[in-house]
Amino acid sequence: MSASSTSARSSSGLLALLSGQVLKLVGLAILDAFGLLLVYAFWYGEQTALALVIAVITIGINLVIFVPNLYPIRWMSPGLALMILLVIYPIIFTVYTAFTNYSDGHLYSKQRAIAIHENKFFTAQDAPRYSWTAYVSEVDPTKYALWLTRTTDAGLEVFFAQPDEPFETITADSADAPETYEGFRRLERREIVSSLATLQTLEFGIEPDVVMVTSARDASLSQQRYVWNAELNGLEDRQTGLFYAADDTVGSFIANKGTGEQQTLDPGYQVNVGMENFRRFIESPALRGPLVSVFTWTILFAALSVLTTFSVGLMMALVLNDPLIRGRKIIRSLLIIPYAIPGVISILVWKGMMNPNLGVFARSFGVNVPWFSDPTWTKIGILIVNLWLGYPYMMLVTSGALQAIPSDIYEAASVDGANNWQRFWKITLPLLLVAVGPLLIASFTYNFNNFVIIEAFNKGGPPISGTLTPAGHTDILISYTYRLAFGTGRGADYGLASAITIVIFAIVATVTLLQFRFTGQWEEVSKNV
Amino acid sequence: MSSRADRIETRAVMGGREKIVNLTVRYVALLVALIFALFPVVWIVSAAFNPSGNLASQSLIPAGVDSLEKLFSNFRGVLQEDLNIHPYWNWLGNSLIVASVSAVLSVLVGMLAAYAFSRFRFRGRQNLLVLVLLIQVFPNMLAMVALFLILQQVGKLGEYIPQALPFLSGINWGAFQLFGLDSLGGLILVYLGGAMGINTWLMKGFFDSVPREIDESAQVDGASHWQTFWSLIFPLVRPILAVVAILSFVGTFNEFVLARVMLRNKDNWTLMVGLYNYVNDNFARDWGKFAAGALVGATPIVILYLLLQDQIVGGLTQGAVKG
Repeated sequence: MSASSTSARSSSGLLALLSGQVLKLVGLAILDAFGLLLVYAFWYGEQTALALVIAVITIGINLVIFVPNLYPIRWMSPGLALMILLVIYPIIFTVYTAFTNYSDGHLYSKQRAIAIHENKFFTAQDAPRYSWTAYVSEVDPTKYALWLTRTTDAGLEVFFAQPDEPFETITADSADAPETYEGFRRLERREIVSSLATLQTLEFGIEPDVVMVTSARDASLSQQRYVWNAELNGLEDRQTGLFYAADDTVGSFIANKGTGEQQTLDPGYQVNVGMENFRRFIESPALRGPLVSVFTWTILFAALSVLTTFSVGLMMALVLNDPLIRGRKIIRSLLIIPYAIPGVISILVWKGMMNPNLGVFARSFGVNVPWFSDPTWTKIGILIVNLWLGYPYMMLVTSGALQAIPSDIYEAASVDGANNWQRFWKITLPLLLVAVGPLLIASFTYNFNNFVIIEAFNKGGPPISGTLTPAGHTDILISYTYRLAFGTGRGADYGLASAITIVIFAIVATVTLLQFRFTGQWEEVSKNV
Repeated sequence: MSSRADRIETRAVMGGREKIVNLTVRYVALLVALIFALFPVVWIVSAAFNPSGNLASQSLIPAGVDSLEKLFSNFRGVLQEDLNIHPYWNWLGNSLIVASVSAVLSVLVGMLAAYAFSRFRFRGRQNLLVLVLLIQVFPNMLAMVALFLILQQVGKLGEYIPQALPFLSGINWGAFQLFGLDSLGGLILVYLGGAMGINTWLMKGFFDSVPREIDESAQVDGASHWQTFWSLIFPLVRPILAVVAILSFVGTFNEFVLARVMLRNKDNWTLMVGLYNYVNDNFARDWGKFAAGALVGATPIVILYLLLQDQIVGGLTQGAVKG
């Protein structure tokens, strides 16, 4: 290699290196600017937690770029960034929520809740009433104004009122509203119909002279109903004279606390309640009732699903394992079709077939099996459908493992006079379990949280009667949590649902870690392979 | 000595009869299994071609088919006539977009991480590997609340930025809505949260099987890690990348729970959400059309599976469970 070519290469390499560095810095600068923008915007939108997460990610990326020791992490930074934002942050959120009363009626911070109440108005019985004509800004179609008229003893009074601006008194001879007024256009009759709902939410004027539209004809002078009293830590109700004290242990505004006329103002606010959710979960009999049933069924469902799919899958694999069977490849392909069909579709098809009156089973056998109304039959139905969905997977993994068992073991066994039965129980099964054991445990944990089949088959139903929380006979822990969190009818209780989630996680994580221990995957990780 | 030889001989003679019995048992078992496996499939195909489209009047051989037009009436209904109420092509298109973009991006992200896990030795490596696996088993039902709120706030960035920084209000920040609630971008973002997970493990296992001498010799010649990865390792690991991409495509295509929570507007639904809502409220009436729609949507996936079954099985046995 000649000297000139070497130097040429190194100088072009230097150039590439330099331009690479410059590119890197420019890219990082753009990324940082963007990150900073997001942090500031989220902070501005009072999303402190999200702002913090974005800040952590942005700082992390900078560290990874500038600290040479962290070079390997650079390769993972896209994955880690996504993981922090979309997996770890939600987990922290869940853990935090488990210690709060976050639920319907307690969704906001105290500050927000107070602001919501302070924004409520009421019309006193003797409040002045006006007739109104609506106007809309000719520039901004979301800006409305009212032309208000009222006849008093003193004569005709006419005002022009806009939100957040004092009334403009107009000296006019008649109550007739002009077609346009100071950049505003009078609404046509048909426009009023469509915007009446919007108009009724607006407050025209500024405190204390606020007018609200009360009907298609009338508007009334309104007053702010609740006023925050920082000294007494509560809301004064100007309409009824009640005082709603803020109770920071439960996050509610309560009047006449402890008396028969106790009243609570909705919405309350979010507070930290410590171990309260866990205590409720353990101590309340009404909660514990369905929980015991749900928990038992969860274990039973996961275990039976693994057992049935594994047995049937293994049987199929054994049957297909004989080279004398013709068309093995085609039969195998046909047998894995259930696995290839999207699960939601399959469950819905089964649901149609099992329909108690119209389904094919009911019509061809004339037997009305209560697949969806009887708890036991629903459970059997779910297990059948899950068997159909899951046996192909077991068939595939066991047939792979079967082929890996050396044939000379069988030869030795038959020389010793072992029959088929003995060969299966003494050789095939133990060797197979070693190979697919981890997959069985993974399948257990998967079914432990198999929300889709429970929800799509019968929404966890039939419901358990007489419980405090919405629960069904076929609900597993995860679907029970779902019903608690997004409960229909009885209100969402995110706090309690989060507490249960943590309990579920503890169980599943323990199983997973044990699996690691027993199967040597742990060693594999520790060995630095 | 001779007695033992006799025994073996007897076994061989017995073997002929035994073999026939054995084979018969096997064929009967296979027949039962095939009926169990395929009956629902046959039933849904028959429902799709049943002109009455009604759950109650369905028979295995569609009755009342006297013209091609009638045979395909359900298909015409779901793919053509009902599009105003049930925008089927939108659903299918959305599913394809979400599944392919998620698959490609998650392979790219996961591949880089897997390379680092496989080739670099750094402090905290083992803990990170275990963490990646452990957090995947966290039941993400409640995470849905957080994910929902994240997407909601991302969508609102278009309002926050011009208000917070008026000098930037000249730019149209509305594009953030493409990643907000009820958007395909948002859903893809949510799915990418799992990009660093079991797939990383799967790929790392495969990367480990590529001899390190290859990297070392390249690096002696002055190649950077990136050059080594791109020109040497990447071509060797393409099979596993393809498997992971297919698994993640199918998984995303079939995903239902998150899609149902994040997508509100009918036009934005994915196929699974659409089909679920199509039939769940009115099983009896829309049965045939649901069947036709399901058939059209599921067939490509089934074919993909059957064509690539060996590769997919290879991927599955290395530790992934469907879902």
